[in-house]
Amino acid sequence: MSAILIIEQVLNGLQFGVMLFLMAAGLTLIFGVMGLINLAHGSLYMVGAFAAAWVAGATGSFVLALGAALAAAAVAGALVEMLVIRRLYKAAHLDQVLATFALILIFSEGTRWVFGSFPLFLDVPAALSGPTTLPGGIQYPKYRLALILIGLAVAVGLWWLTARTRIGIQIRAGENDREMIAALGVDISKLYTLVFALGAALAGLAGALVGAIQSVQVGMGEPVLILAFVVIVIGGIGSIRGAFVGAILVGLTDTLGGIFLPELFKLFMEPGAATQTGSALASMSVYILMSAVLIWRPTGLFGARA
Amino acid sequence: MIREGYLNGLVLLGFLAVPLWALIADEPFTITLATRAAILALAAVGLNIALGIGGLVSLGHAAFFGLGGYAMGILAFHAQTFAPLELGPVTITGTKSMPVIWGVAVIVSALAAWVIGLLSLRTTGVYFIMITLAFGQMFFYFAISWGAYGGEDGLSIYVRNGFPGLNTLVPIQFFGVAFVALCVALVLQWRLRASPFGLALNAARQSPARAEAVGLNPFRLRLAAFVISGAITGLAGALFADLNRFVSPTMFSWQLSGELIILIIIGGVGRLTGPVVGAALFVALEHWLGGLTEFWLIWLGVILLLIVLFARGGVIGLLTGKAGPHV
Repeated sequence: MSAILIIEQVLNGLQFGVMLFLMAAGLTLIFGVMGLINLAHGSLYMVGAFAAAWVAGATGSFVLALGAALAAAAVAGALVEMLVIRRLYKAAHLDQVLATFALILIFSEGTRWVFGSFPLFLDVPAALSGPTTLPGGIQYPKYRLALILIGLAVAVGLWWLTARTRIGIQIRAGENDREMIAALGVDISKLYTLVFALGAALAGLAGALVGAIQSVQVGMGEPVLILAFVVIVIGGIGSIRGAFVGAILVGLTDTLGGIFLPELFKLFMEPGAATQTGSALASMSVYILMSAVLIWRPTGLFGARA
Repeated sequence: MIREGYLNGLVLLGFLAVPLWALIADEPFTITLATRAAILALAAVGLNIALGIGGLVSLGHAAFFGLGGYAMGILAFHAQTFAPLELGPVTITGTKSMPVIWGVAVIVSALAAWVIGLLSLRTTGVYFIMITLAFGQMFFYFAISWGAYGGEDGLSIYVRNGFPGLNTLVPIQFFGVAFVALCVALVLQWRLRASPFGLALNAARQSPARAEAVGLNPFRLRLAAFVISGAITGLAGALFADLNRFVSPTMFSWQLSGELIILIIIGGVGRLTGPVVGAALFVALEHWLGGLTEFWLIWLGVILLLIVLFARGGVIGLLTGKAGPHV
């Protein structure tokens, strides 16, 4: 096992991690500010991917496709918030789980109705296709590198938004005491719609970006959604910093586990059994990581509230 | 408005009447649908003990359903291939006997529920929902990557397992088996809710702080409820696998955990026969809407949204005019 392979896999893990962060950041913001568990977040990821694939197919422009993904997911998010989610803020978690589960059914089957069951394809833009050479002579796909950079840029942007802007102050205040900021004259329901649309746009962006390296199909959102839940549980629900740390940890564990665990087991088992045991364990590794974190800290790494 | 006790009786009679009518009218497929509803209801009765009495919103009960299914699948697979299962020093021959399979399914899923409960009951609220979801996924991915028992493709069992004195391949006889199992679980839940344990569990759901103040231990109560709940859902999994003569990782899928909660919500949370009503309506809707449109799940989603937003007590709540317990 060479150093180059290890560095490549670490980069792959990072790339997966920052994309998970885009999903997890929205989920954790929505939970932190509105106290809502949104199972339909994966549907917004799918909406972004489909909007991008459709616009890219019609215009051939990847930039337009990304814009469409952001817009479509944000609009879908704002609509869903105003029509359904708004009524659930005071409801029990069980009702939130069910209503957003119902939204998944509506979104998934609605998309299947419009676009059919066959996957769509979204091509990597020409300027970013092919590999690039990193210092040390490592060949790595340009597009995946771009994903890492975009993810990091979004993370910095989100930090700036929440820590340095007026809207960020309102969001943080909303997490602490929603009655108080409403009393101070902030239109709380507009703020909620805005936060929900922001989270949805991030999910849509992730869907479009990942859609170019995987296929765009109905049901693509749910596996990512569940991993994003694992991320925010590890990081502590409501914490953007926690979501970032959790996302990188989960991305690296998932990618490196899949490659190295079978190799590790080959050291003391016969190859066939080692591959099977290793890959079975690797597919569970993320969840084992989560249980370990929760046993150690029941509210996650950076979580304050239960 | 109708008393809940009478309504429970009517629900069960109605549930029994449909397959009996189908038997006379010679509609074996309707009997199979009723069997499917009875088994799903059994799984949801299991979940209802944790969710309705204990207030534990588990989004991972598919783990126990799947474990029950695979207990059946693995034992019957070794019986049909005549290859004994070697677990280190112990060698187990497969079996095609339902009672033995049920015993194994109940024990395995109770053990899994004990371990999962021990870990996840340390958390509450959203964390509990998500950690149970994650444990369910853990089993799902394990089943997919474990090639010895079919991996992603699942495992087919060619002949339905046997029950002494019955021919389980006759639809109405297998329905009888499932219906009796459902009734036993319902009686268990009814007795449980009125027992000191059930009352203490109910108190721990309503106010953990007060329950603790009078000397109860909410953690142990919840753990016990979770184990009983998982065991019943596991039994339903074994029956479900026998109904289809097939097990696959989809029995572990989180959609199934979601559907089990849906069954309870349609009928009414914490109601004795809520899951039975929910399962019957679910299977009927699936069959009827599924026949009308390929996209029936959209309409299920819409119905579900309307129930959550406007009909909080479910069907039983509507008919009795009483709100259900708060979860």
